[in-house]
Amino acid sequence: MSATLTNAENDPRLGTRSGFGRWAGVTSTGFSRGLGIATIVGLVWLVLFGLVFSPQDIVQDSSVRILYVHVPTAWVAYLAFGFTAFSSAMYLFRKKKSLAWDRVAGASAEIGVMFMGLTLITGALWGRLTWGVFWAWDARLTTTAFLFVTYIGYLAVRRLGGSHQARAKRSSIFGLLAVLEIPLVHFSVLLWRSLHQEASVANPNGDVKMDGLMLFSLFVGIISFSLLYFWLVLHRQRVLYLEDRYEDADLDSALAERRSESQAASNG
Amino acid sequence: MWRTARLVAAKDLTIEWRSRQVTNQVLPFAGLTLVLFAFALDRDDITVRVAPGLFWLATTFSLIVLVQRAFDVETADGALDTLRVAGVDPAGIYLGKALALAVQLVVLETLLLIGVIVFYATNIDPAGYVLTAVTALVATCGLAFVGTLYGGLAAGAKGRETLLPLLLLPVVAPVLIGATRAFEAAFGTDGGDGIRSGVEIADGWPWVGMLAVFAAVFGAAGVLAFGPLMEEA
Repeated sequence: MSATLTNAENDPRLGTRSGFGRWAGVTSTGFSRGLGIATIVGLVWLVLFGLVFSPQDIVQDSSVRILYVHVPTAWVAYLAFGFTAFSSAMYLFRKKKSLAWDRVAGASAEIGVMFMGLTLITGALWGRLTWGVFWAWDARLTTTAFLFVTYIGYLAVRRLGGSHQARAKRSSIFGLLAVLEIPLVHFSVLLWRSLHQEASVANPNGDVKMDGLMLFSLFVGIISFSLLYFWLVLHRQRVLYLEDRYEDADLDSALAERRSESQAASNG
Repeated sequence: MWRTARLVAAKDLTIEWRSRQVTNQVLPFAGLTLVLFAFALDRDDITVRVAPGLFWLATTFSLIVLVQRAFDVETADGALDTLRVAGVDPAGIYLGKALALAVQLVVLETLLLIGVIVFYATNIDPAGYVLTAVTALVATCGLAFVGTLYGGLAAGAKGRETLLPLLLLPVVAPVLIGATRAFEAAFGTDGGDGIRSGVEIADGWPWVGMLAVFAAVFGAAGVLAFGPLMEEA
């Protein structure tokens, strides 16, 4: 087993291990450990500030604390989808078709979908407490829901099968098409709502001045969730790399078996 | 490129003309959805009000079936691979398939429009004829471009029957919104509930502009992306 894995180190199908691909397959480094510890510290800090130190809101009571999770998850989801688009472009437009970029795009999209799901859930809970409804047909909400569905589609496209390069090309094209789609969806929903009724939701951050400690807690949330995102992407793309390698090793060993079978048959 | 497009479109339309799959299966399906909407909504005054939306929903559902069909024809005997090996311009193939799809959609929409007028008691203001026709044409271009692009993306893959609606429906949402609003303006749909009442025909034109932007963006994206997609299909 270890012999096949060592051979796979220089397997051209997986992309060369120079440049960006160099650290792609390493499962543990000092950097990722440091990042993990920083993430844990950040999250503990967020729990303390979000639940203990920050004051209750005059209007929203304690439900304002949901925002310390809600806003960072939304931020991370947008960051993740943006990074997916960037990685897709890096795969598609560079001469060397590096699968490392494709795997980063995939890892980032998976994490983005997870955080977008959390955004929708926490947002619905906060909305029920504050507006009295779980959902409103607001442009921002609708666009978010579409982003969620679109990237679920992206993940499905990644699982269509075929060679690694086929997967990479197909999904990177889809990843860039999603970037075209989202502004159009957002704009059409915006136009739809603005033509017929006032925006159903007043921006809670725009007309309410935030307390300094609240703002700081939100800031802590965004920082620690960003760290969490980078830690997750780093590890997820390593797992994806190993999955690719495993699939190739499987194929290679199956080929070798068939070859030895036919040799045995011709000898006997 | 244009010659290839014309030939591919002619080929697709000939296949449809001979197999009659669209006339015998997709058209009845679209008509059936109109009837089912009427069952689900139950009240006459509601169906009049939402007729534009139901029209475009029925069109969108039919689009999925049509796209599925358009690429089953290509992948069944490896026809797409043959075209590729023959060195046919992928942009031409894309435009040709989109054109054939658009022609089928226009036929479908014409019949659906008659269906909407008959079943949902819709009266189109004569002044709204132009807006209705232009909206339908521009929206059809957008749907055909997007449908062909995403159809090509899912072509030949396992589980494409279930994947295509997931990919296609979120993307065509702007068309659904835009074309429905433009039709409401053209039909002069007045539900009397204060939200949609007093829609002027002029209100429809900004939506046509949005539909045109949509069609242009995805048409350009399709011409660029279809080649690389075919290489890996």
